[in-house]
Amino acid sequence: MSADQSRFLPRSSFQDFIDVLSATGREVLAPVARDGALVFDRVENATDLPRGMRDIQSPGSYRLEQTDSPRLFAWANGPQALKPMTFAPEEVLWQVIRDDSGLHFEPQASALPPTAVIGVRGCDLAALQLQKAHFLQDGAADPAFQRRLDKLFIVAVDCSHPADTCFCASTGDGPDAGPGHDIALTELDEGFLLRAGSPPGQKIIDSLALPPATTAQLQAAAESSRVASEAQTRKLPATNLRDALFARQDHPHWEAIAERCLACGNCTAVCPTCFCSAYEPKPSLDGAESEQVRLWDSCFSFEHSNLHGHPVRDDIRLRYRQWLTHKLGGWHDQYGRSGCTGCGRCISWCPVGIDLTGEVASLLEETA
Amino acid sequence: MNGHSTLPLPVQVKERIQESADIFTLRLQYPDLAGDQRYEFAPGQFNMLYLHGVGEVAISIVSDPQDERLFDHTIRAVGRVTRGMSQLKEGDWVGVRGPFGVGWPLAEAEGKDVVIITGGLGCAPVVAVINYIFRRRERFGQVTIMQGVKHRDDLIWRERYDQWAQQPDTTVALAADNPEQDQSLFSGNVVQLFDRVDLQPDNAVAMLCGPEIMMKYAIEALMQRGFPDTRLWVSMERNMQCGNGLCGHCQMGPLFVCRDGPVFRYDRIAEWFFRKGF
Repeated sequence: MSADQSRFLPRSSFQDFIDVLSATGREVLAPVARDGALVFDRVENATDLPRGMRDIQSPGSYRLEQTDSPRLFAWANGPQALKPMTFAPEEVLWQVIRDDSGLHFEPQASALPPTAVIGVRGCDLAALQLQKAHFLQDGAADPAFQRRLDKLFIVAVDCSHPADTCFCASTGDGPDAGPGHDIALTELDEGFLLRAGSPPGQKIIDSLALPPATTAQLQAAAESSRVASEAQTRKLPATNLRDALFARQDHPHWEAIAERCLACGNCTAVCPTCFCSAYEPKPSLDGAESEQVRLWDSCFSFEHSNLHGHPVRDDIRLRYRQWLTHKLGGWHDQYGRSGCTGCGRCISWCPVGIDLTGEVASLLEETA
Repeated sequence: MNGHSTLPLPVQVKERIQESADIFTLRLQYPDLAGDQRYEFAPGQFNMLYLHGVGEVAISIVSDPQDERLFDHTIRAVGRVTRGMSQLKEGDWVGVRGPFGVGWPLAEAEGKDVVIITGGLGCAPVVAVINYIFRRRERFGQVTIMQGVKHRDDLIWRERYDQWAQQPDTTVALAADNPEQDQSLFSGNVVQLFDRVDLQPDNAVAMLCGPEIMMKYAIEALMQRGFPDTRLWVSMERNMQCGNGLCGHCQMGPLFVCRDGPVFRYDRIAEWFFRKGF
């Protein structure tokens, strides 16, 4: 949608926006401050949103701070990306019943509520495109992912306040919301500019009967985007790092990272593109029935690469190398681009503050 | 996506054969598919076999795709699921998802000599190939089968090797690290068999399956004898849980072994092959 189609929603009318989304029968999710972090949760009122909240992020640290700002989206992100809404942390894939006539398999078919999620960032929208490339391959679409995606209505918000850990400008995935949303908002002091990304999104905007954005408002939005880009101090090289990283399989810096890395898997849990999962049966006590459950898995777990009872990657050096070379290298072969969208979560939520942008820089440095 | 790659199909065990102390074969009835669909697979492909309430495991299909009545999985009881499967009896049911992956390059091998090198139960995924070739013997040149095992007792399907050895233009060479007085077995490993066979690389393809260290040395031996890396094919094993290239466990560099393999042309995986951690 071109910018001149944007409509202006006054700050005082944000409740109307939530109400219109609710009126379409959708459960509305938005960021709320809980347990010291911003997480998506069900909201009914504009006052549920984190008004004036800022997130202070640095390697190994995430803090929320209350300010006097009237803004609802003056923060970068929380630990939770869009990922759990399409690739669920725990998903029943199918059920099986055993009786005298054999085994009877049934696909998961429970009803899902239509959901609208407000506050999705450019990095997470780009990550959704990558997850779609992975889960919805031609002729092999994952039914569970597809089922959840079909129910999701996405309201993105251009990022105006990147955190110190953000580097989406260098990966090309932010700070503005790219394709994949139904509606995108730009937050200004006096309210919001709305632009549609899909026909259902356009319908919602039309139903609000809003005035077009003024030239001054559009200029303010462009300025906000520029400032949000320039505020980012971290970056990844803009080049394809595949060959450079795979050529450094034996670089001594992997060992230096392994000395700090706890292999806890936090980075993979907060990463909006990590897609590994484990399949586990959950049998009933009498053994007659069982469910097959898909759980998020992490390439940092010892068992991830198990082969005949022994893992292919039996030390942390190899597991971190697997994660980073896949994220920034293997993804290019698999899906035509890097698997990193610059959200910076792996930096903030790493308990020892490992910073992939810094580690990449160290790996690329020529060794003596 | 075909329906049986995500949701298992129930199939019944029609026969169970104990091949050695810990190796057994399940002969399964083809699943009922909707309409006129037939359950089809190619030699080298694998299924995810499900044991009720215990879990799934990736197992290659060893029978000939043209066997109309049953299809076979030969399994070594080593893990939780396979040990459970070893208890299955005739008439029991399992679930099957698949077939998955890319099989052996049979069309490309036509009109050429075929060298088949296997180690241990690595012979299982290529038994289907060998059967396939002998059913269409005139389409292939010289066939050389080299198989090595640790112990004489691990050499299952002995009578099949003996039958194959009787075929025209066919060499069968068997080795065991521990042959236990069996004079027909070379005492040593499969790579040492290279001195005992006559391989002509000019119009030949090689298919390898077994432990990676065995394949590594066999590939070196083949390349020393003039085989180009584009005519070497290897079947890889990694942790496979989904079969669809989704769960991420089987990645080898940028390759999903379950979907892009398990059979690879060697030059396409050489960058990752036998590199620790991939």
